[in-house]
Amino acid sequence: MTDKKLNLNRRTLIAAAAGGAASLAAPAILRGQAQAAEPVTLLNVSYDPTRELYKAINIAFAKTWKGRTGQDVTINQSHGGSGAQARSVIDGLQADVVTLALAYDIDSIADRGLIAPNWPSRLPDKSTPYTSTIVFLVKKGNPLHIRDWADLIKPGVQVITPNPKTSGGARWNLLAAYAWALRQPGGNANSAKAYIGNLYKHVPVLDSGARGSTTTFAERGIGDVLLAWENEAYLSLAEFPGKFDIITPSISVLAEPPVAVVDKVVDKRGTRAVAEAYLNFLYTPQAQDIIAENHYRPRNAQSLAKYGAGFPKLPLADIDADFGGWRKAQATFFADGGLFDQIYKPG
Amino acid sequence: MAFSLSLPRLREPSVLPGFWPALGFTVSYLSLIVLIPLAALIARPWEHGGAEFLHTVTDPRVLASLRLSFGAAFLASAINLVMGLITAWALVRYDFPGRRLLDAAVDVPFALPTAVAGIALATLYAPNGWIGSLFAPLGVKIAYTPLGVLIALVAVGLPFIVRSVQPVLQDLDAEVEEAARTLGARRWQTIRQVILPAVAPALVTGFSLAFARAVGEYGSVIFIAGNMPMKSEIAPLLIIIELSQFNYAGAASVGLAMLILSFIALLAINIGQLLFLRRGKR
Repeated sequence: MTDKKLNLNRRTLIAAAAGGAASLAAPAILRGQAQAAEPVTLLNVSYDPTRELYKAINIAFAKTWKGRTGQDVTINQSHGGSGAQARSVIDGLQADVVTLALAYDIDSIADRGLIAPNWPSRLPDKSTPYTSTIVFLVKKGNPLHIRDWADLIKPGVQVITPNPKTSGGARWNLLAAYAWALRQPGGNANSAKAYIGNLYKHVPVLDSGARGSTTTFAERGIGDVLLAWENEAYLSLAEFPGKFDIITPSISVLAEPPVAVVDKVVDKRGTRAVAEAYLNFLYTPQAQDIIAENHYRPRNAQSLAKYGAGFPKLPLADIDADFGGWRKAQATFFADGGLFDQIYKPG
Repeated sequence: MAFSLSLPRLREPSVLPGFWPALGFTVSYLSLIVLIPLAALIARPWEHGGAEFLHTVTDPRVLASLRLSFGAAFLASAINLVMGLITAWALVRYDFPGRRLLDAAVDVPFALPTAVAGIALATLYAPNGWIGSLFAPLGVKIAYTPLGVLIALVAVGLPFIVRSVQPVLQDLDAEVEEAARTLGARRWQTIRQVILPAVAPALVTGFSLAFARAVGEYGSVIFIAGNMPMKSEIAPLLIIIELSQFNYAGAASVGLAMLILSFIALLAINIGQLLFLRRGKR
């Protein structure tokens, strides 16, 4: 039995996949503080561009948790398109926490009863410990003089953005473009839709995820402008020094990638305490600094001030105030027959 | 090979016992691997009714993607039919330095994860890639167009034709060709009336395999296709897109449509082969 328990702790994923976890996890409820010395693992299922961020966070959290409880914690990371990751969790991937690109994907998991429906209110700031926004990445020196959204639909300009059906980042891209079009003089739903239709006529390739689009733009040399997460744009600058510039448009969107504990999984595995501590840790000044260093915008005012140079102030559309929340935005823009499907209707 | 169109007897005489265990094993194995998953696929699209299924599969975008997937698969297999036969011929009939190496290289597309093949092809054929940069000045774009889809499908399909045809060519003695020659056949006649009929069944098999593989291919295509709706979007991608919207019924509808079309296509190929064999025996 001792052997089996050790095995469970070290290789929980394998054990869970084998279906043995349920019976073996029973003693885990008793574990808690009393047996705190036993090592524990968490699985953080996240979206595409957060690899580097959570690598740094995990090291810091393991140290903090060890100091507080004496327990060793190992956090495994899984990354992919936000929607696909949500589907994996729904289909049985044993994620203790999910840290996805948009609230709709966590809502989808909650709709299947794996997460309590009140998840956004369980942590500060709608359970989004960091934000980001959408910026333009252009070739060094900005030869086409791309300054704002209006420049993206000039003749001959090609824009790279992933498919909003499969990529969370791409949905933020489309919403940012829409928000800009809506706020132009005389802007309304029709003119904004027309702008979106026009914009996607300038898109020659639709990759399935943000990283795919970055590769298409940066390595294959396709297109003139990449619509990118701010943090992803900074990563590209570091990866390809001297090749690209970041352009901040006049308006963008406040992208809020939320986090949540997967209730069904942590209760089964007895990892609720450490999983909740992990997400709470994201709000500490230490983690907020790490977040800022990885080019996500921290919620903490001191961290934001410290790293403020990398985060230009610009008007940001809000998913709740401007789009009526993710469920409504999803139905209007991205569901079957939504605005994105309409712009590709032939004829 | 004797072909009988009458109903087969349930129990063929064989010197080895074990008909029932063998049949039982085959049926349960096929059930687990093929039949039950297929049954699940067939059961899935109807949760919103037959009208919804029809609505999904007759959507212009779905139709465009099916046309691309099946059209490109057919074209790619046809190209491979010719190129694969020539490749197999060269590998069997001639001896040259590096022949074994080339022979082994044919299998590489089998072994390579398709995503790797796709990324490699996209890198080569992109406007700034080795091959793509040669075509770019001519205004020909390969990667991120339907042409890119075709290239990827040709790449994954080649080994099926070569490996189907190769053993038949190996068994076909060069003496047969020499005999045809001494009997006065011209070169073209030898190819048409002696070699082609002998390898035709293998060619058809290879074509079916390559076609079936190409229709369902996802990994290698997705990196080079561009994935633009109505233009370069393949049907398997639409399935993934439906899945990412949690629309399992919609995904299964497209899947079922592909299954039906594949079945019809493969049936047509097999009937064609049967007719061809009959004609050959006259």
